[in-house]
Amino acid sequence: MERSVSAHYPGGVKPPRFRGLWAKRLAPYLLSLPAGLWLALLFLVPLFLMLSETLKSCSPASGACTMTWNWGELPHTVNLYRAQFVTSLLFALFATVIDLVISFPIAYWIAFYGGRRKNFFLIMLLVPFFVSFVIRTLVWEFILSDNGFLFSFLHRSHLVPSGFHVLGTSVAVVAGLAYNYLPFTALPLYVAIERIDHRVLDAAHDLYANRRVAFTKVILPLTIPGIFAAFLLTFIPAFGDYINQEILGGTSNTMIGTVIQNSFLVNADYPAGSSLSVVLLAISLIGIFAYARVLGSRTIEEYL
Amino acid sequence: MSTELRDVPGARASAKARRVRSRLGRFALPTYSWLVIVYLVFPIAVMVVYSFNKVTTGLQNVSFSWNGFTTLWYQQWSSVPGLTSAFWLSVRLAIVSTLVATVLGTLLAVALVRYSRTKFRGKGAVEQVLFLNIAAPEIVMGASLLALFVTYNIARGFLTLVLAHVMFSIAYVTVTVRARLAGFERALEEAAYDLGANAFTTFRLVTFPLILPGVLAGALMAFALSIDDFVTSNFVSGSSVPFPVWVYGATRVGTPPQVFVFGTAIFAVGIGMAIMSIVLGRKK
Repeated sequence: MERSVSAHYPGGVKPPRFRGLWAKRLAPYLLSLPAGLWLALLFLVPLFLMLSETLKSCSPASGACTMTWNWGELPHTVNLYRAQFVTSLLFALFATVIDLVISFPIAYWIAFYGGRRKNFFLIMLLVPFFVSFVIRTLVWEFILSDNGFLFSFLHRSHLVPSGFHVLGTSVAVVAGLAYNYLPFTALPLYVAIERIDHRVLDAAHDLYANRRVAFTKVILPLTIPGIFAAFLLTFIPAFGDYINQEILGGTSNTMIGTVIQNSFLVNADYPAGSSLSVVLLAISLIGIFAYARVLGSRTIEEYL
Repeated sequence: MSTELRDVPGARASAKARRVRSRLGRFALPTYSWLVIVYLVFPIAVMVVYSFNKVTTGLQNVSFSWNGFTTLWYQQWSSVPGLTSAFWLSVRLAIVSTLVATVLGTLLAVALVRYSRTKFRGKGAVEQVLFLNIAAPEIVMGASLLALFVTYNIARGFLTLVLAHVMFSIAYVTVTVRARLAGFERALEEAAYDLGANAFTTFRLVTFPLILPGVLAGALMAFALSIDDFVTSNFVSGSSVPFPVWVYGATRVGTPPQVFVFGTAIFAVGIGMAIMSIVLGRKK
């Protein structure tokens, strides 16, 4: 009897169940406790630890470091490695723009003309992810090498001048970054374009918009959030990447990731590495907050 | 009337243009798209081809040039000791961290979907942390973990690898599971309660089977992230070296052909599973 009453309670409001009320109140906290603790201890605490590391001052004589809230270390370190920051910024920017240009048409095509084979094409977009990141980059070293099948053929047939190299140059690094992060661009774009209501397009055509006008006035504005999401999701990892530079680049175009990795793993210079990491994180966060301000904070998660 | 007179010729012209362009689009777009797919697949094909490349020098490393076909490296797939143990370490690591991250991430996703901001204080903060975790550059997370382990004198090895891999997988699992949970019908659970099922039975017979596809998708994501992770692992691995870190170290001195054999094998397994999931999904 009780059950039927609760099921037919007017307005769908259930009377409170008194048994286990406390357990019910605590439930969300108990459910999120293990993951929350894990993330707090191994994600947030380390980040704060690193920030505090950059605010310490170390005496050169004893090597002992004390907390002095010394914010001056940050601009100093950035200044010291300005060239590497600029290189990373330019490489990541070029690679991201190239990826946007390459992937917009294919994302558009899959979303609008994919039909029943959409899933197949999406897996083809993701196909690089089925090979280990390091191996993918390594294979590009094989392709771009002067002794590789491609360039040895080009050199032998004199299609390129004899002093022509790609491996070890900035072009190789940008090409590697663009290849490795292409799926990060293509998928958010696909999600954004796929979401466009076809009736809106029909309406545009009914109102005498030709294809170009329909594209610039309807499709492009509706995909702007997706384009920004794609930009951030590609730019941020590419900016901190150093594997492409280490494997495909030369010695002159060092990226900031290499400097960070070396200061932690080779030179054991933790304050410098921490400062650079904090700046790297700050630059990424500025991009994300700018996105959140303009387009709403929740929307970027829809493209993950 | 006047608007009609002005617009009709324009409309006709645009309709004609649309037809011409769409014919172009029907040819140009698919051709272009297939070219992009070829570009994406090309390095993988190169990897497979080079796994059959003969080695002519004394050092057993793949050379950039093509020396002839051999299946020797597939027969001797396990003859590079460091590589094989690194591979099995990566597999063990991926299994352990996937199990932990999937359980923790799913519980968190349930909490986020089920409870409103008034019943779950701090929900907004949790969501912000998840987002930050996904968006933060991996090198920053890896470096800060190293700083943590060094500060508290925690020896780097399998344990620190698991701690790190679970840390960066939880958010992805939670986001994946939450997306699948969003369309979940609470009425089904209510019905189970009304039919006399207790909380555990309801979870076992109703809730769990319904969220299982989402949980599996999240687990797959965690596994893929873990087995391919280089940046974080490189910071926290210490003496136990996972597969990507070993391969990276090898590239500095010369790549044994077995690296490409492993790469080909991992690719074959991954793509096989993906195709299977498409075929199974179509049957349903």
